[in-house]
Amino acid sequence: MAAAPLLEVSDLHASYGEIEALHGIALGVERGAIVALLGANGAGKTSTLRAITGVVKTKGTVRFGGNALNGHGPEDAARLGIAHVPEGRGTMGALTVWENLMLGAYTRRDRKRVLGSYERVVGYFPWLAERKKQLAGTLSGGEQQMLAIARGLMMEPQLMLLDEPSLGLAPIVVREIFALLKTINARDGVSILVAEQNTTVALEAATHAYVLETGRIVVSGESQALLRDDGIRRSYLGY
Amino acid sequence: MQELAQQVVSGLASGSIYASMALALVLIYRSMNVINFAQGEMAMFTTFIAWQLVQQGLPLWAAFTATIAVAFVGAVLLERIVIRPVERAGPLTIVIVTLGLLITFNGLAGLFWGYVIKSFPSPFPAAPINIGGVAFSSQDVGIILVSLASLGVISLFFAKTKLGLAMRAAALYPAASQVLGIRVSWMLALGWGLSAVVGAISGMMVAPVVFLDPNMMQGIVVYAFAAAVLGGVESPLGAVVGGLILGVLLNLLGTYVEFVGTDLRLAVAFAIIVAVLLIRPAGLFGRVSVARV
Repeated sequence: MAAAPLLEVSDLHASYGEIEALHGIALGVERGAIVALLGANGAGKTSTLRAITGVVKTKGTVRFGGNALNGHGPEDAARLGIAHVPEGRGTMGALTVWENLMLGAYTRRDRKRVLGSYERVVGYFPWLAERKKQLAGTLSGGEQQMLAIARGLMMEPQLMLLDEPSLGLAPIVVREIFALLKTINARDGVSILVAEQNTTVALEAATHAYVLETGRIVVSGESQALLRDDGIRRSYLGY
Repeated sequence: MQELAQQVVSGLASGSIYASMALALVLIYRSMNVINFAQGEMAMFTTFIAWQLVQQGLPLWAAFTATIAVAFVGAVLLERIVIRPVERAGPLTIVIVTLGLLITFNGLAGLFWGYVIKSFPSPFPAAPINIGGVAFSSQDVGIILVSLASLGVISLFFAKTKLGLAMRAAALYPAASQVLGIRVSWMLALGWGLSAVVGAISGMMVAPVVFLDPNMMQGIVVYAFAAAVLGGVESPLGAVVGGLILGVLLNLLGTYVEFVGTDLRLAVAFAIIVAVLLIRPAGLFGRVSVARV
């Protein structure tokens, strides 16, 4: 029997007030994998990520590293090792780059090793060190996205959830960010679940992908297979 | 020249009280977007607790310290029990709750301690101190030093500690803080605790001057509102600077402009609130926020 995946979601429902946004989703992220969550605007990508970390009200099961996550808030998800880089990055513009990074390590008890994580993060994003006293709000969109990822890494997470890291960024920056995600995944073994509208970039980085449509998963499979399948590409990926 | 220096110092003394109360208001405003109208009454109530402790025979500074602890714990509990249930109900609901607290604390203080004004012991010597040949009231100088020291400690706490940083983040970016594992709701409670501590200190500093009674903070809170508006109601630095400016300005106007005297000081404070809101609503240090519609 294969080992249980790091993240295992089954029959997950999420609702905002009376309106149900997810109608029973099942997905898994294996340890060390990059998984893409694709779909159009409003398909439920953001809701899925929010349901996993408990930002929205849910029904169903979310298991992470053998622990049930449901019924706990996002604060506990962070403590268990899930770094959620939210929609719109969540960088704190009125705080400095350094303060943003330190807040990423807020839940850690091993204070002495936080500086080690900082060194490692700066290895990926060398410009962070030069600009650590700068207010995060003065960074460009791409830099803010990278800062949000760096802040997530400061948590030393087992799993990173990224919500549309490509949003509003130039194609060259998007490619840079996904290349970094692949490096981080390969070097540090951080598993990644990335929600994206930019299908091609996401599928090229991911090993596995799920396609969402109006709150349901309609297609899933190996990224390479999805990329090659013309039918799926035309019906669900829209190009 | 000598009189001017004395009046400025005296203005700075009342200004540092306004500054402290304004900071207490701003700390809560920043995290909840509401003015805690009970802030002054909470300060008054804790000052009565200090008075009671002194009556029981506790040394003054011990009573001060104990009162600060009571203020912190009491305000954290108050937030958990009274504000928490309405935390998500919107600003208007919270404002009404704080107005309820204002009336409650005022009534309770009257019930426990009565409305007869009491003298509150001053921790500072009665003899004036000489600085550069000019005699200043020790009371004034002491108030300035204690208030500025407490404001300094608070700002160091926010600037240099992990918890202070988390409180700032939780106040400004609750959603993003939550996913980093910061317990936003507890940070609000801590904010109430800190505000109450700042309030308690100003209450205990001002009580020897204005005397102790259940209504003693009501005038002061109006000046604190004016100071907060002047400095920018989202800016802690603005609250402090606004308070000091207001204190000096009112004192000089009261001394040198005959028709203002002591009677029109309150009117000047209101005029400042109106003028700032008309001319520069964000205040001296506030950022102008633009909402996309």
